[in-house]
Amino acid sequence: MAVKKYEAGVKEYRQTYWMPEYVPLDSDLLACFKITPQPGVDREEAAAAVAAESSTGTWTTVWTDLLTDLDYYKGRAYRIEDVPGDDTCFYAFVAYPIDLFEEGSVVNVFTSLVGNVFGFKAIRALRLEDVRFPLAYVKTCGGPPHGIQVERDKMNKYGRPLLGCTIKPKLGLSAKNYGRAVYEVLRGGLDFTKDDENVNSQPFMRWRDRFLFVADAIHTAEAETGERKGHYLNVTAPTCEDMMERAEFAKELGMPIVMHDFLTGGFAANTSLANWCRKNGVLLHIHRAMHAVVDRNPHHGIHFRVLVKALRLSGGDHLHSGTVVGKLEGDRHATLGWIDLMRESYIPEDRSRGIMFDQDWGSMPGVFPVASGGIHVWHMPALVNIFGDDSVLQFGGGTLGHPWGNAAGAAANRVALEACVMARNEGREIEREGKEILTDAAKDSPELKIAMETWKEIKFEFDTVDKLDVVNR
Amino acid sequence: MADIQDYNSTPKYETFSYLPAMTPDKMRRQIAYIVNQGWNPGIEHVEPERAFKYFWYMWKLPMFGEQSVDTIVAELEACHRAHPDHHVRLIGYDNYSQSQGSSFVVFRGR
Repeated sequence: MAVKKYEAGVKEYRQTYWMPEYVPLDSDLLACFKITPQPGVDREEAAAAVAAESSTGTWTTVWTDLLTDLDYYKGRAYRIEDVPGDDTCFYAFVAYPIDLFEEGSVVNVFTSLVGNVFGFKAIRALRLEDVRFPLAYVKTCGGPPHGIQVERDKMNKYGRPLLGCTIKPKLGLSAKNYGRAVYEVLRGGLDFTKDDENVNSQPFMRWRDRFLFVADAIHTAEAETGERKGHYLNVTAPTCEDMMERAEFAKELGMPIVMHDFLTGGFAANTSLANWCRKNGVLLHIHRAMHAVVDRNPHHGIHFRVLVKALRLSGGDHLHSGTVVGKLEGDRHATLGWIDLMRESYIPEDRSRGIMFDQDWGSMPGVFPVASGGIHVWHMPALVNIFGDDSVLQFGGGTLGHPWGNAAGAAANRVALEACVMARNEGREIEREGKEILTDAAKDSPELKIAMETWKEIKFEFDTVDKLDVVNR
Repeated sequence: MADIQDYNSTPKYETFSYLPAMTPDKMRRQIAYIVNQGWNPGIEHVEPERAFKYFWYMWKLPMFGEQSVDTIVAELEACHRAHPDHHVRLIGYDNYSQSQGSSFVVFRGR
């Protein structure tokens, strides 16, 4: 056995943490960072510094290093790659031994990977682009409380995307007026309505009042239409105890689904709620407020695909994904990449979608991607084509803004959806023939006809800020 | 207000129930889709007042591996003749996802 002696002082990180000959183990957790180093810091040293600071390293050698086998526990920077089209930064690949992380703890993984290292002086900016969670680690996490198949069975929805709608105005309605809006949307033909993320328990509408009126709306709409309905009751709360109290009450009312904001609420709260949902047979919708703060800057922060993986491990049955076509940010290929990461059981590396590693989820259930924001009936052909059946399409303004009201708006969306799905099944190219398909369907639906006249001209065409780095300039 | 139409909700039965009743040709195309997806067709029926229940009456057994649209149409029609007042729906069982790839009412009951 090699003998090591204690030498106080500062060593270059690369001596310990840069290991280009290292072959990652199947059980290693792998991370790809995009590093923008400070001037004068070379790539190998910067990569090694990131590996060190996100694992066992500290700025100076300490004698207690020699009381353990640091060579086993350390993170290893094992590869460096150019970022296509951007000379200011590069990709560094780091392998972490699985024993660095507590089992089933997304909290612990993130505390290491995106902890102090992001404020480290030798680098100007740092972005976590992708993480490969080894299957051995995936198996320690609970994951989605139900998953796509179980939700379909519980809600009795097959062969088409599900339809939802966020109730507006997002703040200020009384509980009873809010319940009215929910009832109108559900009786018109949507499957779900949703609390806006800001709706928790404010003075104008306390949570218990909202839950009671919404429950009545759901039961009435189900009785009238003969279809199963739900409303994402937002149980996001100031404390975990309050969150659990709200979830328990939703269950008492027989509500099929609750909702949580996983970033503002926090990973520990989210995982607790997901575990409760699994135990109690309640579906869990996940909103992502704060994500753009973390994921929008192409040089610093955490890419959304990593947040997607974190949520799938922590637990949620739905997660907002962006729409590609609506008012929110999202490059089409990148969006398709993280939609796959939500739904599929094995996702191969695919640089054209920004996916840096193979990801094996084993038997972990899938998460429904939720497309929400700025979409209306004219977007339906593209949405069905992009998202396929295993998705939730949410029309807020596109339902409530209908000139004849929520029920007519909901019916218009449902007719448009079913016409697109039927046409797709018949083998038609629905994005190209979209106008014809919708116009035909509108002949039997005055609600759809008016909706098509109302929203004809609305388009959102801003340039995406965070584009995929796949093409050289 | 004169421009606004009132909306009456009526009983529905999930996928495709917001479109007009299927013509025989439309029905055949949806059946062909189920066959082409590799799903196994199955037929169920129920009295309209019981339609909200998860479980409807099963007509015989699912037609595992059935490739003929004609055979599937014949079974749907046989079920409809035997239960003219019932909803009759066709399911495409997807044994890989262990779920139903599709499910829609073909004959609407009274």
